[in-house]
Amino acid sequence: MRIGIDVGGTNTDAALMDGMRVVASCKSPTTGDVSSGIVAALKKVLGDSQVEPAQIEAVMIGTTHFTNAVVERRRLLEVAAVRLGLPATRALPPMTDWPDDLADTLGRHRYMVRGGHEFDGREISPLDEAEILRIAGEMKAKGLKSAAITSVFSPVMPGMEERAAEILRNEIPDIALSLSHEIGRVGFLERENASIMNACLAELSKRVIASFRQALRDMNITAPFYISQNDGTLMTPDHVERYPVLTFASGPTNSMRGAALLAGEPDAMVVDIGGTTSDVGMLMQGFPRESAVAVDIGGVRTNFRMPDVLATGLGGGSLVRDDGARIGPDSVGYEITEKALVFGGDTLTTTDIVVAAGLEDIGDRSRVARIPAATIETALTTMHRMIDEAVDRMKTSAEPLPVILVGGGSILISRDLPSASKVIRPENAAVANAIGAAIAQVGGEVDRIFSLEGTSREVVLEGAKREASANAVAAGAAEGTVNIMDIEEVPLAYLPGSATRIRVKAVGDLVIG
Amino acid sequence: MKLDTNDLKDLAVGAAFLGTGGGGDPYVGRLMVQQCLDEGLEVELIDPSEVPDEALVIPTAMMGAPTVLVEKLPSGDEAVASLKRLESHLGQRAFATMPIEIGGINSTIPLVVGARLGLPIVDADGMGRAFPELQMETFGVYGVPGSPMVVSDEDGDQALILAKDNKDMEWLSRGVAIRMGGCAYIAEYSMTGADVKRTAIPNTLTLAMRIGRTLREAKKRHLNPFEALLELLPQTLYHHGRIIFSGKIADMQRETRNGFSMGRARIDGLGEHAGVMEIEIQNENLIARVDGVVKAIVPDLICVMDSETAEPITTENLRYGQRVTVMAVAVPEIMRTPEALAIFGPSCFGLDHPFTPIETMPR
Repeated sequence: MRIGIDVGGTNTDAALMDGMRVVASCKSPTTGDVSSGIVAALKKVLGDSQVEPAQIEAVMIGTTHFTNAVVERRRLLEVAAVRLGLPATRALPPMTDWPDDLADTLGRHRYMVRGGHEFDGREISPLDEAEILRIAGEMKAKGLKSAAITSVFSPVMPGMEERAAEILRNEIPDIALSLSHEIGRVGFLERENASIMNACLAELSKRVIASFRQALRDMNITAPFYISQNDGTLMTPDHVERYPVLTFASGPTNSMRGAALLAGEPDAMVVDIGGTTSDVGMLMQGFPRESAVAVDIGGVRTNFRMPDVLATGLGGGSLVRDDGARIGPDSVGYEITEKALVFGGDTLTTTDIVVAAGLEDIGDRSRVARIPAATIETALTTMHRMIDEAVDRMKTSAEPLPVILVGGGSILISRDLPSASKVIRPENAAVANAIGAAIAQVGGEVDRIFSLEGTSREVVLEGAKREASANAVAAGAAEGTVNIMDIEEVPLAYLPGSATRIRVKAVGDLVIG
Repeated sequence: MKLDTNDLKDLAVGAAFLGTGGGGDPYVGRLMVQQCLDEGLEVELIDPSEVPDEALVIPTAMMGAPTVLVEKLPSGDEAVASLKRLESHLGQRAFATMPIEIGGINSTIPLVVGARLGLPIVDADGMGRAFPELQMETFGVYGVPGSPMVVSDEDGDQALILAKDNKDMEWLSRGVAIRMGGCAYIAEYSMTGADVKRTAIPNTLTLAMRIGRTLREAKKRHLNPFEALLELLPQTLYHHGRIIFSGKIADMQRETRNGFSMGRARIDGLGEHAGVMEIEIQNENLIARVDGVVKAIVPDLICVMDSETAEPITTENLRYGQRVTVMAVAVPEIMRTPEALAIFGPSCFGLDHPFTPIETMPR
């Protein structure tokens, strides 16, 4: 048996699964320390099902913690964005085309330094090591603890990023470093953006992973645990600690795959309403439709391969203002059980509205009895309009499709939506994320330089695909379920003998039991 | 006509479409123009008819591999430096600049130059799409010499090229661009207003904006964006368009050879489109065959678009597994004359299939 856990901004959900069957599930508030919320959820599912911790074979955790931190511009470190490439790249400095408030939060510490490589491996300029030293001094003076280093053509020539990292680490031993060649591929701005976002999460990732470990230790669960990443496959905790940015958009993938399983509708729109945001995406044959173009996260362009999802600022903890006419995008998040009116707080949230409307019975109803009827109606209309607009924007034709509502905040939607052929609220919908995490797939990868000398590209590719599939099986994928998910080739013109960097990713379902 | 932020977004989409897979993702170019607007500079388009016959127009552009450009971003001064250097060589100031290529990022480079130098940009170009080589210009086809030409990089290096013909200009400057890192910025085909009116493909900047706007508005109103585009085209010089295939990318081969992005895309048919499409690429999509039968051929446009969103996808962004729809579009007649086909027809790309206009191609 395995447990899927989803740690959202507001709730921590758990689902105990036996194969594709949900044995027990629960929802419990996310806590400030993260781990006590996980412990509470685990206690509940294990208690309800009478399953012993020793029977758990694997734990899969999906978390929107890192995405939320960026979307809400909270708990982020200020980052030194160090770019190696002058005099090239000067036209568009780091954080160009970023939302102002996010760039402000990260402190706009932008450094452009001489360095970088040409496509053929020559240097654009030698690395300006004196300037890196000067930046280290400035970082110390400003108290900056994290740096993102992006060098031109580093996916083929990583040396300068590594050298700059070495200099910074010598000067600031406890510095957190995000090197772009370990995070993204060719495509400078998108890779730099992802690296800067990774860097601003450096402290949060350590804290979050430590609390995951603590929670499982407290529960005496010794099974391995994994964390799901944006493409729906699983990563080890050590990897996530260093590359939290790779978890971005894993929430939507999990909730959409969970929703497809629960609703039995392979082609539909999925609306996952959490505590802070609603994510809207489209299911095609049971899998999320992927974005063909660059994806924005928190308003920043990246080139991750991700489901095409529109996030809108409506959740169960969203703040209600202007007599219901304005909702979100800020949310009380996991503090809902202290701050929402029905829980004795002083903040009017969307959850208070549905309780006041008599649609749900949560907390203390008497505390919302004096909200004017007009405010309740306006707020309900606003919420439905926000969701309907988001569904409408994500649909690719005017034809109405079934809408599957999942997530804890799905209580906000009680009426029909003009954009939907029908609205489905499947059983266990509130924990679709956790179910999706539990059925996440495992991947196998091949990423290295192949020579095409004396062979053909087809032969080399076939070999790489077979190797990636074998790696997926070795990582625990069931043999018959393995598919090739991604193939990428970067020709290395500077090396003799038609050398090419080939990256192949294969994925399959995890074998259980 | 002064451009604003929305015009730039529409232009970027339309230019990606007209780029027929090449020319580079206009995103980087759009940000550079946006930077100019943010600084309070103006981007002003003028119609070819507004250029006095004797006025000097100096077109500006980027040359090289788009796969290099998305990684090695420019310093921003390169193309301006090329134009200034060509002015001093000619001993005459430019009245305006102009694109040599409407497809891809080269639709935006002259906008940066115009904004930085306070020059208007002529609403026309010399390719009507994207092409991989610099002699492939209607300017040259109808007698305007490409050189003198100036090539600049981000580091202050400049080359002035005086070539005996446009093909040699391409050959020599390509070598310089590779030495400059695979991507360089140029000023060339300086000409009079009279030559602009005689040799340029008119109103392609505004056409790109119309294409972008049509796709954006169709999506907003949930109309089929492909149909909306097919309705727009007959109102333009690009008078015929049709969908030639729809499917899933099954294989992408690419390599950088002699400064070009070469490749081959294989698309497995889905739905009503049976069989396998193969598209040959030299920076741009050159020829599309289904099970060996030619369905569209250069210089007509072969545009690969996301099947769901109708977003044009440039060659470097094509990935295994994407669902795509392929549209072919007729180019203006000025690009289909025997003189034009001798410069950028199929035989110029080593293809042995004769040019067949898309509107006469069997479905």
